[in-house]
Amino acid sequence: MTREMTGAKMVVQALKDQGVDTVFGYPGGAVLPIYDEIFLQNDIRHILVRHEQGAVHAAEGYARSTGKPGVALVTSGPGATNAVTGLTDALLDSIPIVVLTGQVPTFMIGSDAFQEADTVGITRPCTKHNWLVKDTDSLSATMHEAFHVATSGRPGPVLVDIPKDVQFANGEYSAPKPSSSHYQPVLKGDLEEITELVAAIETAKKPVFYTGGGVINSGPAASQLLRELVDATGFPITSTLMGLGAYPASGENWLGMLGMHGLYEANLAMHDCDLMINVGARFDDRITGRIDAFSPNSKKAHIDIDPSSINKVIRVDIPIVGDVAHVLEDILKIWKSRGRKTDAANVKQWQNQIAEWRKINCLAFTNSEKTIKPQYALQRLEELTKKHDRYITTEVGQHQMWAAQYLGFEDPNRWMTSGGLGTMGYGFPASIGVQMAHPDALVINVAGEASWLMNMQEMGTATQYRLPVKQFILNNERLGMVRQWQELLHGERYSHSWSEALPDFVKLAEAFGAKGILCSDPTDLDDAIMEMINYDGPVIFDCLVEKHENCFPMIPSGKAHNEMLLGEAETQGVIDSKGSVLV
Amino acid sequence: MSALHIKKGSTRHSAYNLRPTFSDVQERHTIAVLVENEPGVLARVIGLFSGRGYNIESLTVAEVDHTGHLSRITIVTTGTPQVIEQIKAQLGRIVSVRDVHDLTVEGASVERELAIIKVVGEGDKRVEALRLADIFRANVVDSTLNSFIFEITGAPDKIDAFADLMRPLGLIEIARTGVAALLRGD
Ligand SMILES: Cc1ncc(C[n+]2csc(CCOP(=O)(O)OP(=O)(O)O)c2C)c(N)n1
Ligand SMILES: [Mg+2]
Repeated sequence: MTREMTGAKMVVQALKDQGVDTVFGYPGGAVLPIYDEIFLQNDIRHILVRHEQGAVHAAEGYARSTGKPGVALVTSGPGATNAVTGLTDALLDSIPIVVLTGQVPTFMIGSDAFQEADTVGITRPCTKHNWLVKDTDSLSATMHEAFHVATSGRPGPVLVDIPKDVQFANGEYSAPKPSSSHYQPVLKGDLEEITELVAAIETAKKPVFYTGGGVINSGPAASQLLRELVDATGFPITSTLMGLGAYPASGENWLGMLGMHGLYEANLAMHDCDLMINVGARFDDRITGRIDAFSPNSKKAHIDIDPSSINKVIRVDIPIVGDVAHVLEDILKIWKSRGRKTDAANVKQWQNQIAEWRKINCLAFTNSEKTIKPQYALQRLEELTKKHDRYITTEVGQHQMWAAQYLGFEDPNRWMTSGGLGTMGYGFPASIGVQMAHPDALVINVAGEASWLMNMQEMGTATQYRLPVKQFILNNERLGMVRQWQELLHGERYSHSWSEALPDFVKLAEAFGAKGILCSDPTDLDDAIMEMINYDGPVIFDCLVEKHENCFPMIPSGKAHNEMLLGEAETQGVIDSKGSVLV
Repeated sequence: MSALHIKKGSTRHSAYNLRPTFSDVQERHTIAVLVENEPGVLARVIGLFSGRGYNIESLTVAEVDHTGHLSRITIVTTGTPQVIEQIKAQLGRIVSVRDVHDLTVEGASVERELAIIKVVGEGDKRVEALRLADIFRANVVDSTLNSFIFEITGAPDKIDAFADLMRPLGLIEIARTGVAALLRGD
């Protein structure tokens, strides 16, 4: 079925045919024909951001909270270069987004035309794939392929660069065709390997599930199957930052997050286990710590849809290339058909050992009656919001780690954070994307004051579209995470790690037509949080917290899981010269 | 077309063919990559090598199937077994890559490279250059009163050996195509 239309119209038609309802964007000369088409229709809602980085992070928030691809539309040159951070962020966290960029007309490419940039060249290393469309006849097929590539296999960001003459010209539009693409990643895992894993499950004495963002990316079925497998086997389960919510935080076998700022019991279980089942995680350096001391005595299985993740960092014994949901389904089927066996007696002992570790209570902190401790603020936020239909985004820093530690996630797609790239400025625009997708939900961005300022212009977007996003800023007047590292590594020389000349956040909120709340006294905190929740509109919550709190537990760089620091006690000189070159 | 007659599937299952990858030994591998011949595809492959810090000893590329728009890129690279496995997996992940073959492990293969070499000299040196060229089965493709251009094909080692011999005899310039390689048999 083909129809003739302009390239600009094709773009909008292709978005509709791909089921897109929301586009985050910012216009400019090279995308004006597309903006004209957007003006002439009502099916797709366009959200005008205030900076293109915001558009891409908003698309990421939309994607992560819905499981559908997010879409951003920006102009050529500076519009495209402003999108680069968001693309890289989505690449590292495997978030499916489609970014459309305008380009100077084909006959001017290469002439250093006004607002010309080599967009496909610049974004080649920070997209899963990208295309420069040179004629209108191939535009619709490229658009459909872009959605296919973004969402198939390991998801990721793609970019379609569309010259202005291609937007104006007429061409044949073709509707999406199923499986016309050569790109068809394998979904089913190898049954021999899966059977080997089942055999390992049957005999493991000290097993642990180590899960990651791949479970969330695989879709809700993957989380369901994971819960079934974990609860049927009784094996303890931990997760990376990206995987929180795949297994419920209230679940019986939940250990909490692992890694550099993960829980003591989770990291020790990883270190001491005899069977590690990695489900959709990638042995990131925030997780492994010192590689040669990483879980020395375990058999390791790794389920990942991307073959390049396997054996990249840690050599595994049972590699399974496939989609998490498909593989978990096969594991369950085979494990059940072989009689649902586990070494229950030894697993029980292992659970007892873990219960001992848990008694350390590694998240304990010294509370204060005078100042708000950031951990306390998050405990209260958790208590007062957990019954809501709640989505959390974060910025990057100490507050992000505390949010991961003190907030509980019962379901997937409820937690949006920049894990791989660690992008300050992610959380606020991401919260806008989430709120667009879930208009009635309570969307909170747990922020640090420094990160939040990086994309604060999006206040305009929040008020324009009446998006009731709550900006919960843990304001320590410090680049807290940097300060913590300087304390541990650089002799307490706090080089440029404080936030000076901060705005009055309440007045700032009011200047944008939003509500501002200031809270500095622990006794006022609950009421202030309730006021934030109950206000129907965007809120900036300036929570003045203890300025010098450090985030624990912590595995210092270059150390192994069993060398965690639990608290302030002895933090001097813990990172040796070899560790200090690591980030 | 015979250029495409390489067995399917190694890309997908590269993770299963595990050899011990913890060794520190540097290995030299010849990898054939079949790609869709679209703009930027070579940049993707080269960008992968530079971005991730892999070595390229030689790289050749040309369209081998004009109707299917497929090009074959032949890359000679060195690395530890773990790095070689990563290179193959990373190549397989590029969306426009159709297939990846490690000719070094998939069976005996034939490797050929072509070089043209300019040698300038007079008298005995000129005679000696011609004599050696004959032994190496290099052809003279251009000559003036005081220079030759030789054309030689063979495995890279043979070309290295010939160039080494020509250096004292007046080699002033050399152009090499890089390695093209095919698996033997069917
Ligand atoms: C764009 C960007 N620049 C710099 C950094 C390095 N960095 C990591 S955390 C951090 C401090 C963040 O401060 P704040 O947002 O106030 O959070 P806090 O750690 O105080 O909770 C910095 C500068 C980063 N992650 N991202
Ligand atoms: Mg701060």
